[in-house]
Amino acid sequence: MIKQSQTLRALLPGDALTGGGTDVGNRAALSEIDASCRVPVLFFFLSGLAWLLAGTVLALVASIKLHTPGFLAGWEWLTFANVRTAHLNTVIYGFASQISVGVTIWLMCRLCRIPLVAPGLVTVANLFYNIGVTVGVGGILIGDSTAIEWLEMPRYATPILFISYALIAVWTIVTFRLRAERHLYVSQWYLLAAVLWFPWLYGTAQVMLLIEPVRGVVQAAVNWWFAHNVLGLWFTPIGLASIYYFIPKVIGRPIHSYYLSVLGFWSLALFYNWNGMHHLVGGPLPSWMITVSIVASVMMLIPVITVAINHHFTMLGHFGKLKHSPTLRFMVFGAVSYTLASLQGVASALRSVSEVTHFTHHTIAHAHLGMYAFFSMVMFGAMYYILPRITQREWPSNSLISLHFWGVALGIVLYVVPMSIMGFIQGTMLNDAAVRFLDVVQFTLPWLKLRTLAGLLLAAGHVAFVINVGWLLVRMFEPYRKPVVRILTGEAETVAAAKQP
Amino acid sequence: MSYGPLLFLGILFTLATSWVGLILLPHRQMGALGQHTDTNTAAIYPAVRAGEAQQGAEHYRSLGCVYCHTQQVRPEGYGSDIERGWGRRRTVSRDYIQDKTVMLGTMRTGPDLTNIGERQADAAWHYRHLYNPQITSPGSIMPPHGFLFDVRVIGQAGRSTNALVLEGTFAPPAGQEVIPTRRAEQLVAYLRSLKSSGDLPEAPVKKEEAK
Repeated sequence: MIKQSQTLRALLPGDALTGGGTDVGNRAALSEIDASCRVPVLFFFLSGLAWLLAGTVLALVASIKLHTPGFLAGWEWLTFANVRTAHLNTVIYGFASQISVGVTIWLMCRLCRIPLVAPGLVTVANLFYNIGVTVGVGGILIGDSTAIEWLEMPRYATPILFISYALIAVWTIVTFRLRAERHLYVSQWYLLAAVLWFPWLYGTAQVMLLIEPVRGVVQAAVNWWFAHNVLGLWFTPIGLASIYYFIPKVIGRPIHSYYLSVLGFWSLALFYNWNGMHHLVGGPLPSWMITVSIVASVMMLIPVITVAINHHFTMLGHFGKLKHSPTLRFMVFGAVSYTLASLQGVASALRSVSEVTHFTHHTIAHAHLGMYAFFSMVMFGAMYYILPRITQREWPSNSLISLHFWGVALGIVLYVVPMSIMGFIQGTMLNDAAVRFLDVVQFTLPWLKLRTLAGLLLAAGHVAFVINVGWLLVRMFEPYRKPVVRILTGEAETVAAAKQP
Repeated sequence: MSYGPLLFLGILFTLATSWVGLILLPHRQMGALGQHTDTNTAAIYPAVRAGEAQQGAEHYRSLGCVYCHTQQVRPEGYGSDIERGWGRRRTVSRDYIQDKTVMLGTMRTGPDLTNIGERQADAAWHYRHLYNPQITSPGSIMPPHGFLFDVRVIGQAGRSTNALVLEGTFAPPAGQEVIPTRRAEQLVAYLRSLKSSGDLPEAPVKKEEAK
């Protein structure tokens, strides 16, 4: 391990190494890998984006309903609870998870340096998966929600999702086993971990909560062990794998430190999965469980700071490239948000802070800082890099890219910052028994209206992105006008990426 | 770290630790928790819910009440739950052993409902509140649940005994009345059954405050 760390190999993504061949040969091999991923990855990306649009509409409806309860109040299937829950499930399982799988497939093939084996199988898994999400979200809207947070999809939908996840996990491990590049890059550790962890988490939660429910508050323990780990052991590793891959790739330099990446990975693996009970601080569970989770939450400072230092020093001196590469811009926004979200999470886990913030909009703000400002931004960045390579077309519109970035960047800041502050004040008011409950409700109203405004900005960004992607696809079916694929001209890919609009 | 099998085992081992620690051990510790029989009064707590209230719990789940209402009272001195009158003591694991789905909740857009059956025992209040929260709690942002009620023409026999008493802008058109559906009746039965204030060795109710 020590010997390897001294070589550059350990610090570079596998597909940035020449693999022993010529540079042009290397580019051609990568092009072949990209082509093999085209259909399944496009399926995951496009269906993911369709769910993103659905999730955005649901989010806006839910947001409006919270400050204007009479809005669409006549329809039972559109109650606040249903719409809010359908929003969470479409964006988590429909959007974020599907983009994650698409990115995982492409990264794994690139880093293992082999074309995708049996792409048809992966496409079938995608179709299955979308049927599962459709049935699940439909079930929530007709009132079959389980009311277990992050696991609301009814029992008749979830086995379909589980089978798809298992297929994807098996497929990823097969690709990993067949790898042509024997050297493992840090991104592969995270990806392998994510695909192994998720079916275990999901399977445990399904069996212990829906199929053979456990008794009493053990349900809450299983619930939050699962729900926190979806973030920590599924989305976070895929997000970090992407940042570890794309930043060195786009700026064309190795990651700062191999040791820090090892420390960051194993400390995350050890501590994150013990965090879940901090969602139950003050609740009716044995104190030892909650205390253990608070300790583990504080220990998360190790992986978070380690990763932040590693990414920052990799970027150092290259911040000028943010102007030219949309991938880099989204990635760096996501990486910074990851640090902020994690620090906010550590703080909220403390008993004294949780006493104020626990049952308030502060938690909602925190969830969006993690899932959107960190994770979704990283996924957008990854798509900006991957889509031109698998379709062999350049992005059609610069303005739409700018509109996307500024819409969602301003939108999420306008969402997270005021809601975090508002939640804190709300919690302080709630903890003062002299303040009437209805006065606390009234206090939140202007802030909730501001959130709807932030939601509109996010929606505008999403529409801009989807139009650009649609336009790119139209171009894919047009004949070549000029050789637009720079990766085949022998020009170093890293440079091409940096110049990309 | 290029050795695949080691990576594989490490990944499985790390998750196994919390799976044992936060799932299996708590299940062993609390999974078989039973009712408590008071040695003095022979009262059994928590009691089994009546059938109608159990049906109501399913509506509570289906309607997603848990997203705005918690069912947990935090300990004295931690938050203002006790001072707000949401409970006479904190809730503990044993309070939840009769619940098919435990709905502790994580958000207090609305007030805690752990002891709503004790705090508000009047069924008529609950019906009017569900029909339109503005009737009983002006300024509330809880959505009206009109779909849990039937609006129908008053029959030959005159106004039904279970019709809601509604006044002013909330009243139905002349000659009509608002009647709770079966669902509304079951939901209200559940809400009125929500009481977690039994005297337990692990969570005693202060004697001077206990009724």
